[in-house]
Amino acid sequence: MDIVVCVKQVPLTAEAEVMVDDTGRDIKKERLVFDVNEADNYAVEEALLLTEKFGGTITLVTMGPESADKTIRSLLAKGTHEAVRLTDEHFAQSDAFATAKTLAGALKTIKFDLVLTGCYASDDGYSQVGATLAELLELPHATMVTGLQILDGKAKIERELEGGTHELLEIELPAVLTIQTGINEPRYASILGLRKAMKKPIKVMSLKDLGLTENEVGRAGSKTILERLSVPPKGEGAQILEGAPEEVSTKLAEIFRERGVV
Amino acid sequence: MKEILVLAEHRMGELRDVTLEMLSKGRELAQALDAQLVAGLLGRDVAVFSETLKKWAHQVLVVDDSKLENFNADAYQKVLGDIIKKRQPGLTMIGHTSFGVDLAPPLATQLGIPLITDCVDIQLKDGAPLATRQVYGGKLISEVSFVGTPCMVTLRQGAFPVEESDLKGKIAAVDSPLTEEITCRKFLQYVEAVVGDVDITQADIIVSVGRGIREEKNMPIVEGLAEAMGGVLACSRPITDSGWLSSDRQVGQSGRTVKPKVYVAVGISGAFQHITGMSGAETIVAINRDPNAPIFSVAHYGIVGDLFQVVPALTEKIAEAKEN
Ligand SMILES: Cc1cc2nc3c(=O)[nH]c(=O)nc-3n(C[C@H](O)[C@H](O)[C@H](O)COP(=O)(O)OP(=O)(O)OC[C@H]3O[C@@H](n4cnc5c(N)ncnc54)[C@H](O)[C@@H]3O)c2cc1C
Repeated sequence: MDIVVCVKQVPLTAEAEVMVDDTGRDIKKERLVFDVNEADNYAVEEALLLTEKFGGTITLVTMGPESADKTIRSLLAKGTHEAVRLTDEHFAQSDAFATAKTLAGALKTIKFDLVLTGCYASDDGYSQVGATLAELLELPHATMVTGLQILDGKAKIERELEGGTHELLEIELPAVLTIQTGINEPRYASILGLRKAMKKPIKVMSLKDLGLTENEVGRAGSKTILERLSVPPKGEGAQILEGAPEEVSTKLAEIFRERGVV
Repeated sequence: MKEILVLAEHRMGELRDVTLEMLSKGRELAQALDAQLVAGLLGRDVAVFSETLKKWAHQVLVVDDSKLENFNADAYQKVLGDIIKKRQPGLTMIGHTSFGVDLAPPLATQLGIPLITDCVDIQLKDGAPLATRQVYGGKLISEVSFVGTPCMVTLRQGAFPVEESDLKGKIAAVDSPLTEEITCRKFLQYVEAVVGDVDITQADIIVSVGRGIREEKNMPIVEGLAEAMGGVLACSRPITDSGWLSSDRQVGQSGRTVKPKVYVAVGISGAFQHITGMSGAETIVAINRDPNAPIFSVAHYGIVGDLFQVVPALTEKIAEAKEN
């Protein structure tokens, strides 16, 4: 079973200060650490589990700058086989649709039985690329997949709905599935794997390799435009208790006591 | 813009909250644009919902077909696609739900129209819709415009208040264009959430732990606080994803909604998908070392600090307070 996994490198912002740059449309990237998008990491693990069971190769596809190679290598180190990076100045400012269009161009040059992506990117959070890609490739799809079983030519899928409810469905292959976190336990790369991955080639494709025109990609090919990024207004917010751990704990314990909590 | 179309979402015999949220926002936009607000209702034996929907829409289009009994993105795409092609609504609204996320991207792609997902607001700028979204886990806000109309949005659940309405809309039946069952994708069944030994939705006091705890071996630190407070332990999604607590302990959109007297969030950043499950708590306390963590904007009390220092100290003080 040959699998393509579309992955994206994202900045890790859970603990970082995120600042808007001078264009007002992007963030300052200098001090941020980048890694694979969380849900994509689960998609890669799912692909590894499937090829361990059924054989076949895993091709990683990413659209991004050369600096994404570090993330790609960390995923090659886990045992994925091939990697393609889509890089071209014309790809700049792609929205989710233009991104899917570019990925679709690359996927038309690769043989596969299944396409996996993460269901959500932790930076822009559109949850749009995977299902758009499916439509462009004219393939069946299912998003937010939390369980996957392959049975001759079909996949039995568990999808996450709200509030802890799930649905089970059956879908014909080839298909595009977007993977939700928690579906498996992503492995860590070994030192040996990392060393091997340093030597693996990463194939670079640009606009001319994808059979697309300038007008179909990047900002020109986008259907939406990011106008402005800003820091949300602070609002009322929490009353911050100040002091050393001992001191703030005493204050909070007192508040709990006043409210009859303890 | 002559018309705004809202897709009514329902599941297992119930209209989902996001439907009236969207119609409330839709009515506001329709008023400003002097447009008609139309609700699209797809399903089997769904007439009961049209009675509710007609209060919030000028018109309710009902497509009743046994092939639409359970949500199937492919079937919905065909039916809704036909309706949109025929009526050309300037704006189509779909919930940013598991259903909507499965349906809207292929539908917009098929129609060749722009889509902006997970909107928390839609404003009008020179008569054209402008979407507001949250990005980077809620640390920034983005404003996104459409390249031309017609266009489509998915709206975040819980982001739009439901306004009372009595529009007395007309109900119109529409023939289903589905001639045969969709075969490439088949719905099998729903699997409902499991209830474990502890029901966090019934708890008065909750200590909730997030990725800040780092490793499973650190869990006793928060267990100790929960015990000292006489509460139960809950968590954010990464903790259940890692298998450190069972899924019935997860708070948020894909977990449980809780309304305890006190909710102590430890090492939780406050992503919207988490906040939506706990913002109704009476008193919210956040312990986080990042002063910019979005959790502080919903918390009533905050401690900016290292949980590995604060939580043990707090556990001790609470134990002392109990003794006195
Ligand atoms: C469709 C969908 C559904 C989802 N459903 C849910 C859901 O139901 N519930 C849910 O919770 N999430 C849900 N999520 C995930 C959600 O988007 C966030 O990824 C998740 O809530 C983040 O969890 P967290 O705050 O624990 O981790 P992070 O965002 O990584 O935050 C960790 C926090 O810990 C702090 N921290 C780290 N170390 C320390 C320390 N030593 N002391 C103090 N603080 C520290 C950091 O500053 C940071 O703020 C969903 C996502 C999607 C796409």
